[in-house]
Parts: sequence; C-alpha cells; structure tokens
Amino acid sequence: MASRVLAINPWPGLIVAGLVTFFSLGTLAAVALRADAFGALDSFDVAAVRFTVVQAFWSAVLSVALAIPVARALARRSFWGRRALITLLGAPFILPVIVAILGLTAVFGRNGIVAYGLTLAGLEPISIYGFHGVLLAHVFFNLPLATRLLIHGWGSVPAEQFRLAASLDFSWRDVFLHIEWPMLRNLVPGLLVIIFLICTTSFAVALTFGGGPKATTVELAIYQAFKFDFDIGKAALLAGVQFAICGAAALASLWLSVPQAAMGGQDRAVQRFDKGRVMSKIIDSAWITFATLFLAVPLLAIVMQGAPYILSLPTSVWSSALRSLVTALGSAGLTIVFAVSLALVALRWRWLEGLGMLSVAASPLVMGTGLFIMVFPFVDPARIALLITALVNAVMSLPFVLRSIGPAVRACEDRFGPLSDSLGVTGWARVRLVILPRIRAPLGFSAGLAAALSMGDLGVVTLFARPDGATLPLQIYRLMGAYRMEQAMGAALLLLVLSLALFYLFDRGGRGRAKS
Amino acid sequence: MLSLKGVVIEQDGFRLRADVAINSSRRVAVLGPSGAGKSTLLAAIGGYLPITHGDILWHGDSIVKLRPNQRPVSNVFQDNNLFPHMTALQNVGLGINPNLRLSAADEDRVLRALGAVGLSGMEARLPAALSGGQQSRVALARLLVQEKPLVLLDEPFSALGPAMRVEMADLARDVGARIGATVMMVSHDIKDVERFAQDVVWVEDCLCHGPRALDDFLKAPPAGFTTYVGD
Repeated sequence: MASRVLAINPWPGLIVAGLVTFFSLGTLAAVALRADAFGALDSFDVAAVRFTVVQAFWSAVLSVALAIPVARALARRSFWGRRALITLLGAPFILPVIVAILGLTAVFGRNGIVAYGLTLAGLEPISIYGFHGVLLAHVFFNLPLATRLLIHGWGSVPAEQFRLAASLDFSWRDVFLHIEWPMLRNLVPGLLVIIFLICTTSFAVALTFGGGPKATTVELAIYQAFKFDFDIGKAALLAGVQFAICGAAALASLWLSVPQAAMGGQDRAVQRFDKGRVMSKIIDSAWITFATLFLAVPLLAIVMQGAPYILSLPTSVWSSALRSLVTALGSAGLTIVFAVSLALVALRWRWLEGLGMLSVAASPLVMGTGLFIMVFPFVDPARIALLITALVNAVMSLPFVLRSIGPAVRACEDRFGPLSDSLGVTGWARVRLVILPRIRAPLGFSAGLAAALSMGDLGVVTLFARPDGATLPLQIYRLMGAYRMEQAMGAALLLLVLSLALFYLFDRGGRGRAKS
Repeated sequence: MLSLKGVVIEQDGFRLRADVAINSSRRVAVLGPSGAGKSTLLAAIGGYLPITHGDILWHGDSIVKLRPNQRPVSNVFQDNNLFPHMTALQNVGLGINPNLRLSAADEDRVLRALGAVGLSGMEARLPAALSGGQQSRVALARLLVQEKPLVLLDEPFSALGPAMRVEMADLARDVGARIGATVMMVSHDIKDVERFAQDVVWVEDCLCHGPRALDDFLKAPPAGFTTYVGD
C-alpha cells in the first residue's frame, strides 16, 4: 500500500531518529574523541568491570529464582487483595530509586527493623552497604518485574493442560516437569538477560549502596573519573566498556525470546486442581507473605518515618521538588513527541523504531559525559542541567514507551488508514483527528511513565547540577550524605507521592474521558 | 465512464485481470464466488492496491497515479467506516473538510445529509450510541456531502440483518441517484442485487466479466453463478 504511508510527513520522525541515535551513539563518540589517551584499565577498573558483571548476574539469578515460587503462588491462588498486590508489583518500575534505597535502609540498615531483630537474637547486624546492599536493592526492583512476567507466563498455559493433569492424576512433580518447566524454560533466559541489563545500568543503586574498591560499578567509576578526577580519557574508556557490556546483553535479549507483557493487565488466577493439599497451601501463603512484606514494609517505613517531617521540610527541598516537577513534565512532553514521531515514521520504515530502542544499551552517564564535553565550550553545563536531564530521561524512557505507543499507532493505521486515505485526512490532520484520539490510553500511560521515571531519576543530573540547582532525588542524596535522615525521609515521602501522583494523573487522563 | 483497460492486479501470488467499461450513473453489482477478487477490484479502483499492468481511466483520464482522496471516488468499506471518537456530524463533516474545520454553511449541509438518510436529531451521537443500521446511514450520508461521481460499496451492509440490508440497498440507490453517481456494490446477497443493480460485473477465475444488464444476466447466468447461488 504505497500510497498509505505517504499520508504523514516523515521528517519529524527522521529528525527524532537522528537525535536519538546521536544521544545513544554520538555522545559515546564524543567521549572517545575527547579522550587524550586511552591508557589501560588499571586494577581498580578491572575490579569495577568484574563487580558490575558479578552483581548483575547474581541480582538476575536471585530475582528470578525468588520470583518463580511467588509467581506460581499468585497465579494459582485467589485471595482478598490479590489485585492490589499485583498492582503493587508494578509500583517499583516507577518508584524513584532513592526512595527505595531509603526504605531498604530503614528496614535492613544499621538502625533498621531487621538489625533490631538480629540484635535481639544475639547476632551481629549485617551491613547494607557493598555487595549485599546492591543485591538487595536490585532484587527489590526486579523481583516484582520478574514476578509479573512469570504470572503472565502461567496465565498463558492453556487451562486444558491443568485439567488434563488433574484427570491423569499428576503429582506436583509431574505438573512441574510436563507443564511448568517447558513454560519457564522459554521465559527464564530472556528474563535473566533483561534483569542483568537493568542491573548493569542502575547507577543510583551503586552510588548509594556501592563504592570503594570492592563495590564500584563501571558507571560509578565513570562518575568518579569525571566528577572527582576530571579524567576524560578514563571516563571515555570506561564508557566504551560499559557500552560493550550493555550492548552484549541487549543483543542477547534480542536473540532470546524476551517476555513482552511488562506492564500487562491484571491476570486472573489460573484454575488449578492441585492446590487443595495443605502443604502446598502453606508454601504458597508463605511466598505471598514474603513478597508482600518485602515490597510493602520498606515503602511503609518511608511513609511512617517521613510523614512527621514532610511539612517542616526546608525551602531548599521544596524548590528542588519544583525543579524536578518542571523537568519531569518537560521530559514527559519530549518523550511523547519523540515516541509518536518515531512510531509514525516506523509505519514506513519499521527498523527506525529499533533506533528508539538503542538507549537500552546506552548508559545515561555516558550520554551525560558526552553532552558535557560538547556543550562545555559554549555554555556553562550547569546552566542547562535541567534541560539535559529532561532530554536524556526522555531518550531513556523511549524503549518502554515505544513498546506501548508503537503497536497502538500501527493498530490505528491498520484499522482506520483506508478510511482516512479515502477522505483525504492526511498530515497533521491525520495525527490530530485520528491517531492521537485513538491512542489516548497508551499516550496517557506513556506520559505518566516518562514523567515518573524522570521525576525519580538520579543519574545524569549528578554530573551537571550546581549545589543550588539540585533536583529532588539529588537533594535527598545530599541530605543522606549529611546524615540528616529525618529530612531525607520526609523528602523521600514527598518524592514518592509526587512520582505516583504524576503517573496516576497522566494514566487516568488517558483512560478517563476516552471515547470508545 | 469508468474503463479498466488490460488491468492486472497482483497480490500475494493472486492475479486478477480486468477489461471492463462502465457507463456513467449506472448502478453495478459486482458478483462472484468468495475469494474471486471482487474486493481486490474495488481496492484497485479506489487506489488502495497498485495495478501491475494496464490503466484505469475516468472519462478518458488515467487515475492510477492519484492518491485515494484525489480520485473521483468515495467509499463505504465492509467495516471501520466511522471514527468511533467522532460524532455523526463530525464523521460526515470529514467528507467536506478533512481538517474538520466546518463553516456554518458546511454544518448545514451535513445536517441536511443526515436528514436525507433519516438521522435528523442524531448528529451529536457517537457511533457507539447508534445501531448498526444507523451507522450505515451515517456512512451513506457522507457519500452525499462528498459528491464524488463514483461510489464504491464493498459489502457495506454485510453485518446487518436481511430486512435492514434491503432497506439499505434502497437507500444506497437513492443516494447514488441524488448525486448522479456511478455506484459499484460488492454483495453476496442476490436479493440486495435484484433491488439495487442495473448491471452486473461477474468475477470468477481471476477474470472480470461484463458488465451485463441485470435481466440479461439472470436469464442466462454464467455456469459459476448457478453453483454459487445454488439455484
């Protein structure tokens, strides 16, 4: 249908494709060009590479290993609050990392609930910093993700298989071997790679819980090389290493079948016939309780410990909150413009949508470093810190957002393309009158996602911001560094509320008045 | 006059040939077994499928290079004829201005068109608040304001019940007469065709035959037609 795809001007999409490629690859090139000498990786850097890979590997393995029994329990039990729990499983995706860090500290830290329990039992409290802490935070974020995808996996098993299993009198071992294992074998490798990838680029976790020769990730090393030593050559070299690690993982994820329904719906409980046994009931309840507590208690800790201080926060916190809000809204707007332009041009050249996914393998720190080098000769980077943050966040949100907007745009064109063509609804009128109204729901969801991700971002802004120009997450990080934990808790609660509210309002706005 | 000269349409290994001339202001039924290529023929005339050989002419001018909306053609498809997020008035109004910026006079024309198809007072409704028959009426009202001289109806009423289909076939005939257009309709129901058509184009075995006058066609139908209708 050659005539159909001409209906919308491809230039905005091509420009965005160029821009996104520039942010993902061009910044890397800029860093490489600016580097005076590459030198070799010293032992500290080698340790960073090893730590990055090792922690990401164990984070992925632990997250998935724990998610399997939790997902199975959730998939086959219906109980009061199941929907709420599954919704809660979606929360960590838009939860600001710094909030989770504070919540985990409150529970597992030196003065936390767990340490208190251990002391009562006469044991030494474990440290939350270093390898343990990084792993803990990564499992906190990725266990829910893995669980949701696996629940979906269980839901995709045809109900007849479980009926057949019941009529053939399968034991739980047979059910696992013949039904569950084939499903898991399909999903788990892709899941491991995705989580591995997420964990190699989670800068904020490494910044707060990591550090020192034993627990520095490559991204943290880039940050230190850049911020403390201003050693661009070292930063460039590390940026290349980081890109290689992410690129390898991203390629692996393309090759493996990666589960798609990341933000899928509220799957109903699978009807099963092997759940009557008392033992399996006890085991399922235990896993559900574990997951609920593991997710909810750190968040509750933030609410309980932050609430008393939220109204008495210093002005600096409020002004940083305002800065974050502006950045988040700007980033959400940019994300939507980018995503819609790319999805439209991808109607014609499908592969262009792949460019939007490039940033999966790119590191925001590398982007930030590259942009810093490029703008430095012309303007003081600190002056445009928020603009750059919004842009980088928008590019980083694109892979997630495109997954929801791309298919929606394609479906709309499949359904209404011929009618629009026949009436001559082309160009901007096509976008305004047909496509945007038809993709309202994914648009609202995407804007909410992008806004929340940007609101909670503690990445590129750490490179640029002046002391008096912090965003809210950065402000919280500084309060933590200054051991003003009460204020940090109060500010974290504020950030939590703002992030969730942004997501909720946009998502609601997309679905609320949607005409069918 | 619409003429298809040595036209060949190829799609996924399927190949349809057509050498057909249709006089202006005629009502033509396009008949043939399922999968024979009836819809393919209409899609090629409408500009949705490229032709690999031959030419399509309207009053002697080739239209194959024109985009769908530039052709002298208006359509009613099998489904998805209305935008679900637009009111009946907006859906018809698109036929006047695809930007949907309508002057008072434009709106007036839309309201008259809606009145002519029996939908007075329903202009503010969304398609979801209209019955299947009423939705078809909106699509027909749009043909009235588009005023294109060639109307292509691709099984437009296949989702409706038998009585409603007959009513719609009558209405389609009236709409065609009002704007003096040539109307081509793909249909599966010989009852609709008997009420509606003057001529028949028969599509079978990758070839378009005709057109022949309806009476003549029914008196001496092609062999495939008897099999198709099953007496």
